[in-house]
Amino acid sequence: MLAFNFFGATEGGLFDINATLPLMAIQVVALTYILNSLFFKPVGNVVEKREKFVSNNIIEAKNKLSEVKKLEADLLTQLQSARTEAQRIVSEAEDESDKLYKEALELANNEANASKEKTRLEIESQTSAARDQLSKQADDLSELIVNRLILEK
Amino acid sequence: MFFNSLLTNFAALEVGQHLYWQIGNIRLHGQVFLTSWILLGALLVFISLGTKKMENDPKGLQNLLEFLWDYIRDLARTQIGEKVYRDWMPFIGTLFLFVFVSNWGGALIPWRLIKLPSGELGAPTADINTTIALALLVSLSYFYAGLSNKGWRYFEYYVHPTPIMLPFKILEDFTKPLSLSFRLFGNILADELVVGVLVFLVPLILPIPVMFLGLFTSAIQALIFATLAAYYIGEAVEEHH
Repeated sequence: MLAFNFFGATEGGLFDINATLPLMAIQVVALTYILNSLFFKPVGNVVEKREKFVSNNIIEAKNKLSEVKKLEADLLTQLQSARTEAQRIVSEAEDESDKLYKEALELANNEANASKEKTRLEIESQTSAARDQLSKQADDLSELIVNRLILEK
Repeated sequence: MFFNSLLTNFAALEVGQHLYWQIGNIRLHGQVFLTSWILLGALLVFISLGTKKMENDPKGLQNLLEFLWDYIRDLARTQIGEKVYRDWMPFIGTLFLFVFVSNWGGALIPWRLIKLPSGELGAPTADINTTIALALLVSLSYFYAGLSNKGWRYFEYYVHPTPIMLPFKILEDFTKPLSLSFRLFGNILADELVVGVLVFLVPLILPIPVMFLGLFTSAIQALIFATLAAYYIGEAVEEHH
């Protein structure tokens, strides 16, 4: 039982060291254990859990970002290759059409030349035939004239 | 005689007077325990309220307590080091909180209004017993920290970097608790006395700046005490290469 001596003699002074010292030490040690279970542990758990959560999220976000960058680069190369492929196809088609055009042109030219030549030959033959006929008629006529002149004489 | 008693009542400057409790053969300074119980009770109530409903999104008191926890962790981590600061954080934090609450409680609460038959209520840290108790606990803990972490190799610390340091390091083991206890005791007692004398001489306005200075000193002393305690423990567990 505590026997409070409120009216005890006032003695001591500033440097009066007594049993207050060890009891205060015990009290502080007890306070350490109480505060540890009441304050430091629970608050520490919550704070560290949150810190872990935040750092995990940051790591995850970084991973995702690098993945996105990789995908982006991948897409870019794909786009590049698709573009060159398209260019290749376009130029190929252009070449093809050019070739076709040239072929057709050549064919048409040849045809035209051939028919021109044929026509020329025909005209020439007809001309010569006409000229032959004409000269024959002229011969006939001259013979006739000669004959007539000779007869009249 | 009458005038004399009136003056002592009015001045209420009682230095070195204690409220004695007698338990069997031992005597205690009752005023120290009374104030410390009131202040620590308030602290525990405050902390219980703040940690009652812990959430991932801290609100109100929990925010404040988390700030306090973070502050103490930073203090312990910078002084003790990453490896063992976890073991000592509750002790360092308790020292800080105890000294801080005692100092501020002693300065902020008008204890004068409560009359005691002898002595007067005030900051528990203005009593030499309290500060020596705290300082001895710090001494014990840095010895324990050193021995439990490094075993007998702890004593290499005494001859580091050269054996010439041995007497100084041994002397340090005595000066550390001495300086810790007397610094805290002296500062807080001096602050109480200065405020008391000023209130006695000029009861209006003038003591207020000194009271604010006292609050500042009180907070700084709590920080110094906790930081030094952590530093001593850190020094004891530090590995020399």
